Amino acid sequence: MINYIVKRILYAIPILIGVNLLTFTLFFVVNSPDEVARLHLGNKRVTQEQIITWNQERGYDKPLFYNKSEKGLESFRKTIFYEKSLKLFLFDFGVSDSGRDIKYDIKQRMWPSLAIALPSLFVGLLINITIALFFVFFRTTKVDYYGVILCVALMSISSLFYIIGGQYLISKLMHLTPISGYEHGYEAIKFLILPVIISVIYGIGSGSRWYRSLFLEEIEKDYVKTARSKGLSESAVLFNHVFKNALIPILTGVVVILPLLFMGSLIVESFFGIPGLGSYTIDAIQSQDFAIVRSMVFLGTVLYIIGLILTDISYTLVDPRVRLK
Amino acid sequence: MVTFLLTDIFFYIIILSLFLYIRYVINTPDILETWSYVFKNKTGILSAIVLSFFMMIAFLDSIHFKEKIYNNDKKSYVYSSEIKSLLDTILIPMYENTEKSYSSPFSGHLYTKETIKVSDKIEERDYPKLLHKGNHNKYFENNLYNIFLTLIIALAKSFLISIFIYLIIFRRTLFKKDNRMISALFDNKFLFLSVFSIISISLVLYDLSFQYYVLGTDKVGVDVLYKSIKSIRTGILIGTLTTIVMLPFAVFLGIFAGYIGGIVDDIIQYIYTTLNSIPSVLLIASAILMLQVFMANNPLEFENIYERADMRLFFLCMILGLTSWTGLCRLLRGESMKLREVEYVQASKTFGLSKFSIIVRHVMPNIMHIVIITVVLDFSALVLAEAVLSYVNIGVDPTTYSWGNMINAARLEMSREPVVWWSLFAAFLFMFILVLFANLFSDVVRDAFDPRASKHYE
Repeated sequence: MINYIVKRILYAIPILIGVNLLTFTLFFVVNSPDEVARLHLGNKRVTQEQIITWNQERGYDKPLFYNKSEKGLESFRKTIFYEKSLKLFLFDFGVSDSGRDIKYDIKQRMWPSLAIALPSLFVGLLINITIALFFVFFRTTKVDYYGVILCVALMSISSLFYIIGGQYLISKLMHLTPISGYEHGYEAIKFLILPVIISVIYGIGSGSRWYRSLFLEEIEKDYVKTARSKGLSESAVLFNHVFKNALIPILTGVVVILPLLFMGSLIVESFFGIPGLGSYTIDAIQSQDFAIVRSMVFLGTVLYIIGLILTDISYTLVDPRVRLK
Repeated sequence: MVTFLLTDIFFYIIILSLFLYIRYVINTPDILETWSYVFKNKTGILSAIVLSFFMMIAFLDSIHFKEKIYNNDKKSYVYSSEIKSLLDTILIPMYENTEKSYSSPFSGHLYTKETIKVSDKIEERDYPKLLHKGNHNKYFENNLYNIFLTLIIALAKSFLISIFIYLIIFRRTLFKKDNRMISALFDNKFLFLSVFSIISISLVLYDLSFQYYVLGTDKVGVDVLYKSIKSIRTGILIGTLTTIVMLPFAVFLGIFAGYIGGIVDDIIQYIYTTLNSIPSVLLIASAILMLQVFMANNPLEFENIYERADMRLFFLCMILGLTSWTGLCRLLRGESMKLREVEYVQASKTFGLSKFSIIVRHVMPNIMHIVIITVVLDFSALVLAEAVLSYVNIGVDPTTYSWGNMINAARLEMSREPVVWWSLFAAFLFMFILVLFANLFSDVVRDAFDPRASKHYE
C-alpha cells in the first residue's frame, strides 16, 4: 500500500514538470515579457523605459533560462524559469502582477469556496441519488421515461440561466436572500443559501441521470437475479444489493473531485460576489493578471492529481477485490 | 462578390464530410442498420430534423458576399466593405431598419418615456412610437386581431409548402430507388409532421417580423430575433469545428498508442495525462489570454473587423479542440488495445497484412462507434461552454453575434427597472432548443451504437 502511494506520487512528478513546462511556454515563450508589459501599460505610446520598469518591478526583466551576467549556479537561479516556474513546486507562488502575495490570497479565499462547494456537493449527491433510485424503482414505466426527458431538459439549460434566473426570482422579486456579497462567520449562511441551492438544481439533470445509469447497469447483473429469485422484495433488492454495489463508482467519483472543491466554482462565485478562489481566478483572467492564472493552473493540477491518488486508495477501502500493486 | 471567411471554408468541409459519411452509410448495410434504429425512433427523427434545420441556417449564414454599390453614374461600382451572408438577404425585414433603443416584443412604442414635442410650446412625456414596426398594421387596427390573422395566413402558407415538398421531393425520389430502409424513413408520417411544424414556426416568425419585433429590440434598437438567428452559426460552428479539429489528433494518436504499444504508447499516454490534469477552464483561459496578447501585439493583416472576429472564432475552436481531445484519445487507445488481441486481427497479422492496412481495414471500422458517440455527445457541451467563456470575456469576439454575448449583455438589462427580459429570454430559448435536441439525439445515437446500452428499456 505505502509502496503504491509512493510510486503514484513519483509518477505525478513528470506530469507536474510537463504542466510546468507547458505553462512556461504559454506565458513566457509565446509572448515575451515585453509584449505582456506593453499590453498592461496600454498598447499605444509606451516608452521602452516604462516597459523596463514594469518588468523590473515584477521580476520579469531576467533572461528566460540562462543568465550570462551571473556565475555558477546563480546563472540558472537568476532566470525567469527558475523564479517564476520552478518555485511553484515549493508552492512559492510569488507576487501577483498587481503586487499582492498570491499565497496569502489563496489561503484567505479557499474557505469561502469550500463553504459553497462542500454543501453543494453533498446536498446534491443526496438529492440526485434519491431521484435516481426513484427512477430505477419505476423503470420501464412512464414515470422513468418522462423523468429522464425532464432530466435532459434540465441539462440543456446553461448554468448562466440558472444563476441569473434564480438571482432574479429569489433575491430581486421575493427578497428572500441578498443578491450578492459575503460576510465571514455565521452571517455567511444567508449569502450561501442561494448559490448552494442553484448549484444543486443545476446538477440535478446530469447527476441523477448518471446515477440512474449506474444503478441500471448494476440491476442487470446475475447476483440481482439471484436475489430476486430467492424471493426478496423489489425494494429490498434495490436498497440492499443494487444500491450498495453502485455506491462504489459513486464514492470514487466523489473522491476524485474532493480536492478540486478548494478551487471553487468560477461562474457561481463571480455572480454572487463571493470572495473565493473561483472569483479570484475570474478576476485574474479579466484583468489579465498572468501570475495568478499561472499559479492557479499549477494548483489545480496538483489538486487533481491528489484526487486521482485518493480515488485509487478509496477503491481498496470500499472494494476488497481491488489490490494495489 | 463571394468572399470566403476562414470558418466558412471549414464549415463547407464539415458539410461535405457529412455528405460523404451519409453516402458511406447508405452503401454499408450493417451501419445503415444501426442508423435506421435512430430514425425509427420518434425522438431520433425529430431531433435529427431540428438539428439539420439549424445546420441549414448556419450553412446559409456561411455563404458570404460583398454587395455592389453603384456610383452616381449607375455604371461603375465598388464593393461594399460590409460582408453579408445569404441568410441576411432572407432576413432583410428583420435588420434593415433599427429603432432608437429598447422596445418590448410586439410593442408599438419604445420601452422608456421621452420628452416629445407636441407643438411649439407644449412638450409631453410619453413613449415614443416605433419608427418602423408595430404601428403599421396590415389587416386591422387592433394588434391582437392583426397578429392572429398574420398567424393564420402564415400557417396556411406553410401547409401548402409542406404538401408541395412532400409530393414533389419525397414521393418521387423515393419510388425510383428500391431501397426499403430509405423509403420507410421518408414515408414516415411523423417525419412529415415534424418538417411541417418547423416550416410553419419559421414562416409564422418570418411573416410576423414584417410588422413586429417578435422578440423586441436591444439597447441600440436591433431586432433581438435577428441577433438570435445569427447566433446559430456561432453555436453550430463551435460545436462542429472543434470536433473536426480534434478528431485527427484523437483518432490517430489513440490508435497509434493502443495498437503499436511500447514507448509510443508511453509518450502518448504521458501527453494526454498531462493535458488532462490541468483543469480545462484554466487551460482554455491561459491559451486564449496568450492569444489575445499575441493578436494585440502582432496586428495581423485583416481587411476588416469581420475577418478579425472570424479569426478569433477560429482560434477559439482550435483551442477548445486541442484541449478536449484527451478523453476520446484515451477511449480509443483502450479499444484498439483490445482489438489488437482479437482473433481476426491476429489472423490478418499471420496472413502478412501490414500494420497500416490492419489499422485501416480492421481497427478503424471497429472504433467508429466510439468516435460517433463522442462527437455527438460533445456537441451540446461545447455550445454551452461558449456561453460561459463569453461571459468570462475569453469567448468569441464581442462583435460576433453569439448567445454568450447576448447573455453577457442581459446581465445589466436584468438589473434595470423595469426589467428588460427579452434578450435573455431569446438567448435562452434558442440555446435551449439547440442543446436539448442535440442531447436527445445523442441519447438515441448512443443507444443505437453502444453495444452495452440497454435498448429494451425504451
